[in-house]
Amino acid sequence: MRRLVLWVPLIVFAAFVAVVAINLYAPADRVIPSQMVGRPVPQFALPSAIEGRPGLSSARLSDGQPKVVNIFASWCIPCRAEAPQLEALARRGVPLEGIAVRDRPQDLAGFLAAYGDPFHSIGADNDRRVQLALGSAGVPETFVIDGRGIIRHQHIGAIMPQDVPAIIAAYEAAR
Amino acid sequence: MTWVPNPNLARRPWGRKSVFGFLLFGLLSLATPASADSLLPAAEYADTQLPDPAQERQAKALMETIRCLVCQGQAISDSDAEMAGDMRALIRQRIQAGESPQQIRAWLVERYGNWVTYDPPLEPVTWPLWGAPILFIFAGLWLARNRFKRRRRAS
Repeated sequence: MRRLVLWVPLIVFAAFVAVVAINLYAPADRVIPSQMVGRPVPQFALPSAIEGRPGLSSARLSDGQPKVVNIFASWCIPCRAEAPQLEALARRGVPLEGIAVRDRPQDLAGFLAAYGDPFHSIGADNDRRVQLALGSAGVPETFVIDGRGIIRHQHIGAIMPQDVPAIIAAYEAAR
Repeated sequence: MTWVPNPNLARRPWGRKSVFGFLLFGLLSLATPASADSLLPAAEYADTQLPDPAQERQAKALMETIRCLVCQGQAISDSDAEMAGDMRALIRQRIQAGESPQQIRAWLVERYGNWVTYDPPLEPVTWPLWGAPILFIFAGLWLARNRFKRRRRAS
């Protein structure tokens, strides 16, 4: 028994070294899910981000029809990767609303021309106020919101082809 | 085949390879990095102090205990990330508008969970965090007591 006790400090130290080593070699890159899922969209009214397109307000997100809100930016590289999947969602009749984070109209126009424009509205979130209010921690992120304005689903990061069914399922469930 | 030194190469300090290397380096330094920052200027109050020193002190203290969402592991007061700047601006503007630091912290926790605060609340999940130091002190006292006892017996 005494012999065993003598080994305890070494074992504790080895466990400590192991934890540190594991986290050094594979640093945690955690996604931070929004705690707003299941709760109403906060009140907001974003001006239009680009000429000829309505801006986005929380009123539109509780008009009885479920919506998919995509938070994106022209300067965000993964947003380019998810553009074809957004087009696919739009083709299947999913209404897409955009929130452009810290974007300039001329950059946004170039982005939409190059990678497609499936959005009904695009709100300009130039100070990230709405993104923070939604509990979103980066671009791109996508929220599914039901007809009463309750957030039902959050997708963090670019929508890849394998993610499309889950988003369509969340949209269908929100109807 | 025997190796014969190439007189041309020996005379030229800048070989073809190093010239190519320099060209490559030049091209690389010309290329714009695929940055995750926008082209808009930093938010007002991201890096500007509030005019009222008391309010600024409050805001600064809060910023030091709010975790940056993109550069995880840094407080927003220490981070150069654009999002951290936007969060600093949000905190300063809300403090200026009369909100208390506790209210702002609660607002952020409501959105991002306890993850976002470096001042964890006392909850069942965080009990070990607060309890462990006390436990260690008692364990240390117990160990020391045993040692002293043994020594007394030996003498």
